[in-house]
Amino acid sequence: MSSAGKSPWLLHYNASSCNGCDIEILAALTPLYDVERFGIINTGNPAHADIFVVTGSVNEQNKEVLKNLYDQIPEPKVVLAVGICASSGGVFRDCYNVSGGVDTIIPVDVYVPGCSVRPEALIEGVVKALGVLEEKRAAVDNGGLR
Amino acid sequence: MNLVMAAAGAVLFLILAPVIGGLISGVDRVLTARMQSRRGPPVLQPFYDISKLWHKERAFANPVEMILTSGYLVLIALSGAILFSGGDLLLVVFALALSHTFLILAAYAANAPYSTVGAERELIGVMVAEPILILLAAGFFMVTGSFFVSDILADTTSAIVYLPGVFLALFAVLTLKLRKSPFDIATSHHAHQELVKGVTSSLSGRTLAKVELAHWYETIIILAMMLLFFAANPILGIIVVIICYFLEILMDNLFPRVTWKMTVKSLWTITLILGATNIAVLGILGGVIV
Ligand code: SF4
Repeated sequence: MSSAGKSPWLLHYNASSCNGCDIEILAALTPLYDVERFGIINTGNPAHADIFVVTGSVNEQNKEVLKNLYDQIPEPKVVLAVGICASSGGVFRDCYNVSGGVDTIIPVDVYVPGCSVRPEALIEGVVKALGVLEEKRAAVDNGGLR
Repeated sequence: MNLVMAAAGAVLFLILAPVIGGLISGVDRVLTARMQSRRGPPVLQPFYDISKLWHKERAFANPVEMILTSGYLVLIALSGAILFSGGDLLLVVFALALSHTFLILAAYAANAPYSTVGAERELIGVMVAEPILILLAAGFFMVTGSFFVSDILADTTSAIVYLPGVFLALFAVLTLKLRKSPFDIATSHHAHQELVKGVTSSLSGRTLAKVELAHWYETIIILAMMLLFFAANPILGIIVVIICYFLEILMDNLFPRVTWKMTVKSLWTITLILGATNIAVLGILGGVIV
């Protein structure tokens, strides 16, 4: 695995999640799961991020923000839809103000199911995302994504 | 120190400092993790980070960033090269200050709110650290009669005997220089901070990698300055520097929420009480000692 897979920095955005998935993401950073041992850092800055972790069903208010954040992350980048809400809209998908899953606004590479998502599932999702990140990095190096 | 030795010192610094600086930063992260009862990343993690950043897409808030961050890196490397070739300590201090100006300009160039506040706080950081670095150069001059590192190294008594206050003040500033404690200043490495990476908030990819590399150079420069206090007894010096670095990590974990206001107040007080008093006492006792 090259360096792209060894140092994935996360940007976490809560797109109207109930906070259930978010605290599980934070749990993954605590000593019990300690994702930093895989080189994962939770950065708050899109310019530094490689993996975009989105929780919650996107609504009309925040879809612009989501798109904006996505655009600010330099390639190669991977989007992770975390939780059922982010994957498909979940129980909120028919609400009048809900756009549906994250993939209605930006392309999603990995879906992590669960309500709320388990830290183990999240770590597995990130590991899957690393594979995608590798491919994209190769594409960037060949000038494909520029 | 002759010309060949000087050149060798500079070249060795330019090549080895990033390697050692990166390793120190890796060990730092592992130790921090252990103190929080986590496993922590591999020791080589900082190198993986830099290599990844190097392969990111080139996206700039302002293309000038590229030149300014390069200027930052080059000037820091230059000031280290001067230090390790036995050159003028004052020149080292001023080159270091100038290099930070480049970083601050890079942050201002992005013209983004977080970046601007980050730049302002970095400016405060320079303001806090600079007095003690100048006192350090002055102190060495009073003890050895020369600003040149080669002369300081040739001295038979270690400067620590005369300058314990200055040494302690430099140790205090190390917190700031390692970008550790004030969590809301410049670009501390803590995950949750007020400015989300402050001065580097609009830098990405290669420009960020350059800033990181420059930071490793700077770490080595500051540690070497501490070592300079133990010119006559380098082994003791290395042990003291290692202990100081460990204490720094410990302090960082004990007080992770130090703000920039507290930093300015405490560091200026320490500089004034320990550093300036030390120099004043030295002056009263006999001026230049040699
Ligand atoms: S998936 Fe469940 S826990 Fe996660 S945001 Fe939706 S409702 Fe909350």
